[in-house]
Amino acid sequence: MKRTIFPNRWLPWLLLAPQLAVTLVFFLWPAGQAVRQSFLREDAFGLKTTFIGLENYAALFRDPQYLNSMQVTAVFSISVAVLSLGMALLLALAVDRMLGSARIYTTLLVWPYAVAPVVAGIMWWFIFNPTIGIMPYVLRQMGYDWNHGLNGNDAMVLVVIAASWKQVSYNFLFFVAGLQAIPASLREAAAIDGAGPVKRFFTITLPLLSPTTFFLLVVTITYTLFDTFPVIHATTEGGPAQSTNILVYKVFNDGFLGLNLGSSAAQSVILMAIVIGLTVIQFRWIERRVEY
Amino acid sequence: MVEHRPILTLLAHLVLILGVLTVAFPVWLAFVASTHEVTAFTSGVIPLWPGTEGAANYGAMLGQGMSTSGAPPLLGMMVNSLIMALIIACGKIAISITSAFAIVYFRFPFRNLAFWLIFITLMLPVEVRIVPTFKVVADLGLLNSYAGLTVPLIASATATFLFRQVFLTIPDELMEAARIDGAGPMKFFRDMLIPLSRTNIAALFVILFIYGWNQYLWPLLVTTDAKFYTVVAGIKRMAEAADALPQWNFVMAAVMLAMLPPVAVVVFMQRLFVKGLVETEK
Repeated sequence: MKRTIFPNRWLPWLLLAPQLAVTLVFFLWPAGQAVRQSFLREDAFGLKTTFIGLENYAALFRDPQYLNSMQVTAVFSISVAVLSLGMALLLALAVDRMLGSARIYTTLLVWPYAVAPVVAGIMWWFIFNPTIGIMPYVLRQMGYDWNHGLNGNDAMVLVVIAASWKQVSYNFLFFVAGLQAIPASLREAAAIDGAGPVKRFFTITLPLLSPTTFFLLVVTITYTLFDTFPVIHATTEGGPAQSTNILVYKVFNDGFLGLNLGSSAAQSVILMAIVIGLTVIQFRWIERRVEY
Repeated sequence: MVEHRPILTLLAHLVLILGVLTVAFPVWLAFVASTHEVTAFTSGVIPLWPGTEGAANYGAMLGQGMSTSGAPPLLGMMVNSLIMALIIACGKIAISITSAFAIVYFRFPFRNLAFWLIFITLMLPVEVRIVPTFKVVADLGLLNSYAGLTVPLIASATATFLFRQVFLTIPDELMEAARIDGAGPMKFFRDMLIPLSRTNIAALFVILFIYGWNQYLWPLLVTTDAKFYTVVAGIKRMAEAADALPQWNFVMAAVMLAMLPPVAVVVFMQRLFVKGLVETEK
C-alpha cells in the first residue's frame, strides 16, 4: 500500500461507483437470485413458489442425467487438458532450441488464441462432416465408419479436438516463458556432468516447469468448464444421447429450453462453487510464486 | 541450446512444422471451402484447393447475407461486433483504471469490502449465472440494445488487479512531488498515472478486444432483432441452415470473416498481445 494518500472522502466512492454498480446489478444480484431460486420450486406458470430446502440439489444427485453430465465433463476436461498441455509443451521445447527462427514459429503458432471457440467448433465440425468431410473420408479408407451424429465417442473426440486446438496457443506461450526462466547455467552444468537431453528434461526442465504446468492445468480446466460452451452449442448440442452434455451446457439447456428454473439454479450454484474453488487454488499458487 | 546436436535441431524443426500445419489445417480448409460453388459440397469429399468463386461468395455474404436462413448481411453484423468489442474493451479499461486508482491512492471506510466485491466478479462467469442475469437485463428493458450487449460484461476484476499492480510500482515520490506542486487527485490521475500506464492500457486493450469480439452466448440470448446480431453469434444460425442445404461455401466465408479481425490484431500487435496475456494472469 502507498505511504501517502489523497485526503478525500467522497471522491474514491465516485471513482468506484461504475464498477460497483455493474458488479451489484449484473453479478451479485443474479448470483443471489440463483441461490434463492435453488431452494424454491416454481409451478409451470410462475404463479406459486414453495420453499423446498435442498430438494433441488438432492434431486440433481439422484438424476442419472446429471451424474452422466458430471462424468462427461470430467472426461472432456481431462482429455482437453492432457492433449493441449502435451502438444503445447512439445512445441515449446522445440521452439526453445531455435535461435533465429523462434519468433516466426511463435507467430505461426499463437494466432488461434484469437479464434472464437464457436468458430473453432464449426471448422472442425466441417472437417468431420460424415458425408463430405475429409477426416471421415480418410477414416473410411482405414475401415472406420465415422459418425458423430450417432456415435457418442466420435462426438466426444470431435469436441475435444476442437477445444484443444484453440487452447494449445495459450499454453504454448506460457510454457515458452517458463522455459526461458530456467537458468541456462543449470542445464549447462548438467550437460558437462554428462546428462543427455532426455535425462536433462526429466531431472531439470520438467521439475522446474511444474509451477507453470500446475497453473496452466487450472486455467485449462476453467476453460473447458465454461469457455467451451460455444463449441458444444454450435456442434453436437450435447448429443448424441447426452454423450457431450457438459455441465455448463446442461445449465443453459435446462434453464432456457427446459424452463426447469429450480434445477437450473441449483446447477448454477454448484458450478459457482467449482469456479470459486478453482480461483482460490489459482490465487494460492500466485501468492506462493510471488513470495520467492 | 546447450550443446550442438544437429539431429535434435532437425527433429525440433520437424515438430514445429507439423505443429504449424496442424494449427493451420482447419483454417486452410475453411478458406478453400469459401472459394467454391455450392455444387462442390453436394457429394464426394470437400475440395482441398481454392476454387474461383471466392470474390462472389464473400461479396454475397457481406452484401446480402443468407436469405434462406434468415441471416442478415455480414457487413452489418461485423459492424455490430466491432461496436460491441470496442465498448467492452474501452468500458472495462475505464471503470477498472478508476477503481484501481481509488483503491491504491485513497483511504476510505469499506475499502477492503469494495476490493472483495470486485474480486468476486472473477468467480462468476456469465455462463454460470446466465438465467438470472438474462432476467435482470430483460427487466431493465435492455434486450436488443448495445447497452444490453455490453454493460453486463463490463465489470472486470483482472483489469482492476492489473492497474492496481501497475500503480503500486509507481514511486510514492512522484505523487508527493505532484502534491507539492499543487496538483489535485484528478490532475495527478490524468497527467501522471494515465501516461505512465500507457503500454499496459494498450496491451490490455488487445486482450479485451479479442474477448469482446468473440462473445457468443450472451449476444445470442439478448439479441432477437437482426439489427443487433453479431457475426460470431450469427454463425450458429448459418451453420444450422447449412446442415440442411449444403451451403458450406457461404458458412465458411462467414467463418473466415468472423476470425479475421481478432487474428489480425494478434499477428500485427504480437508484442502487446503477449504482454497483455502474461500480465493479466499475474
